[in-house]
Amino acid sequence: MAKLESSMKNMLLSLTAIALIAAGLMAALYNVTSEPIQKSKEQKSVDAIKAVLPAFDKIENDTANGLNIYKAYKADGQFVGAAVESMSKNGFGGEIKVMVGFDAQGAITEYSVLDQKETPGLGTKMVTWFRPQTEKKKSLIESIFGFEVKTPEKQSSIIGKNPATAKMTVSKDGGEIDAITASTISSRAFLESVRTAYNAYAAANNQKPTDANSGATQEAKEGENNEQ
Amino acid sequence: MEYILMFIAAVFVNNIVLSQFLGICPFLGVSKKVSTALGMSGAVAFVLVLATIVTYLANSCILVPFGLEYLRTITFILIIAALVQMVEIVLKKASPSLYQALGVFLPLITTNCCILGVAILVIQKDFNLPQSVVFAFSNAIGFGFALVLFAGLREQLDFSETPKAMRGMPIALVTAGILAMAFMGFQGLVK
Amino acid sequence: MNNNLKILVNGLIKENPTFVLMLGMCPTLGTTSSAINGMSMGLATTFVLICSNLVISLIKNLVPDKVRIPAYIVVIAAFVTMVEMLMQAYVPALYASLGLFIPLIVVNCIVLGRAESFAAKNGAIPSIFDGLGIGLGFTVALTLLGSIRELLGTGKIFDFAIYPENCGMLLFVLAPGAFIALGFLIALVNKLRKS
Repeated sequence: MAKLESSMKNMLLSLTAIALIAAGLMAALYNVTSEPIQKSKEQKSVDAIKAVLPAFDKIENDTANGLNIYKAYKADGQFVGAAVESMSKNGFGGEIKVMVGFDAQGAITEYSVLDQKETPGLGTKMVTWFRPQTEKKKSLIESIFGFEVKTPEKQSSIIGKNPATAKMTVSKDGGEIDAITASTISSRAFLESVRTAYNAYAAANNQKPTDANSGATQEAKEGENNEQ
Repeated sequence: MEYILMFIAAVFVNNIVLSQFLGICPFLGVSKKVSTALGMSGAVAFVLVLATIVTYLANSCILVPFGLEYLRTITFILIIAALVQMVEIVLKKASPSLYQALGVFLPLITTNCCILGVAILVIQKDFNLPQSVVFAFSNAIGFGFALVLFAGLREQLDFSETPKAMRGMPIALVTAGILAMAFMGFQGLVK
Repeated sequence: MNNNLKILVNGLIKENPTFVLMLGMCPTLGTTSSAINGMSMGLATTFVLICSNLVISLIKNLVPDKVRIPAYIVVIAAFVTMVEMLMQAYVPALYASLGLFIPLIVVNCIVLGRAESFAAKNGAIPSIFDGLGIGLGFTVALTLLGSIRELLGTGKIFDFAIYPENCGMLLFVLAPGAFIALGFLIALVNKLRKS
């Protein structure tokens, strides 16, 4: 087949045809994928709620201080705790979104980082850093040569702590949580989001707010520690 | 104040080339001489700000009201391509001297990913129009700043003796890495 | 068939987009903080390359010369959007970690470059092989760079621990490490190609 001439009519026709076919195909695929996309987004939030709370049977949605709270109940109506979707704008790379789970007394059961843009290898460690230390998996070289590189001891777990009584700030600011090595700003932002979550939880359940509250902005200004 | 912070963040802290890796092709391609680097920066700044305004309006006035967000990529790239063509034609007629300075760089800009990248970032970050314009402008300055600095370094590189295998692109990349390291020093400047 | 094999190998080695043609540097540097990210980006690009090469080689006679670039861009952008939607629907975690660089496949010079220099002149079958070869060459390069950065930075490859993480040089996971690792990698390839 010969190549089409570059006449005005041909140019318009072929471009329009291509654009229409492309748009049609994309619209078709959009219809197919929009449902799974929506589902995977919802699933992410449902999974996060399940992961941070003790076993429950039903969920009740609530809001307090502008945050979403998911209250969990047993089948007989007993309150087992609540998950709070919280965030902080003071992260090193911008916003940090977390889901924090509290039991009926207000102690933290578990947390899950939903979204963060921290520095890879530093601030991103928040995903596991604030959990109790686990047995470290040995690397290949360590198991071949039979030695072990020790990781320094840290007091960084927030699990089981109740923000009403525990001081939820980094140890540098007088709190009881060790910050991520070389990522104090990310750690402060993370703990700020946890405190915000607790305050929303407390407001929704008429409990005492944490006394370490509103420390974050103040701490951030004392930024003489050149971390990260 | 908000705009000044945004400017500093875009130029130094999150430099579009050295920490976001957008616009690497022109960064490596037209950085052999400071004069061409300046020309390229000017052309990018011009198109980047213009393209961001047009794509922003297209997104908020056409795509979002009709629920066509999934056509964003294709719409934006077509707008940018058309815009570059138009700028070229208008510039040729209106200001031949400016065209002479920027003309050769214009066709290269369509495939410069920092234009499309910034246009999409603005939408992802939910900026309003003035914020978008400042963001685009700051990123354009950041791009130009990195490009001109790098071109200056590369001019000096030509006079140094480097191992044979490292000559050309490899040593340029390592230099860019060291430049990026210097820019890391700005981190934490703006939160 | 032999000829097609030659086209494939050509894309993988002789015209390797990263090490020889040095095209598509933005995703090369931006998405290789780990081996798995580099590989996924490479595969997504390969998919777009094969599809766009195929379609463009089929419609090349229907497109008048003067509007061929915009027409090709529309075809490429359509496939990129499809990849974007599919990844968002079925591998959301991967989509989140590659982020902005998926829509930016549109402006990856490799894709438009191959459309213009190969698919616009050749038939459908060779174009597919060219897309596959160039795409795989790109994937190999990205995976290699990703592995090197992950190994030096965190002591792991594909998340498998080789040496303890605290002995890693974090720099290689961060932005400057990308430039430096790629620079030395290209120097090494240059050296090997000469001898």
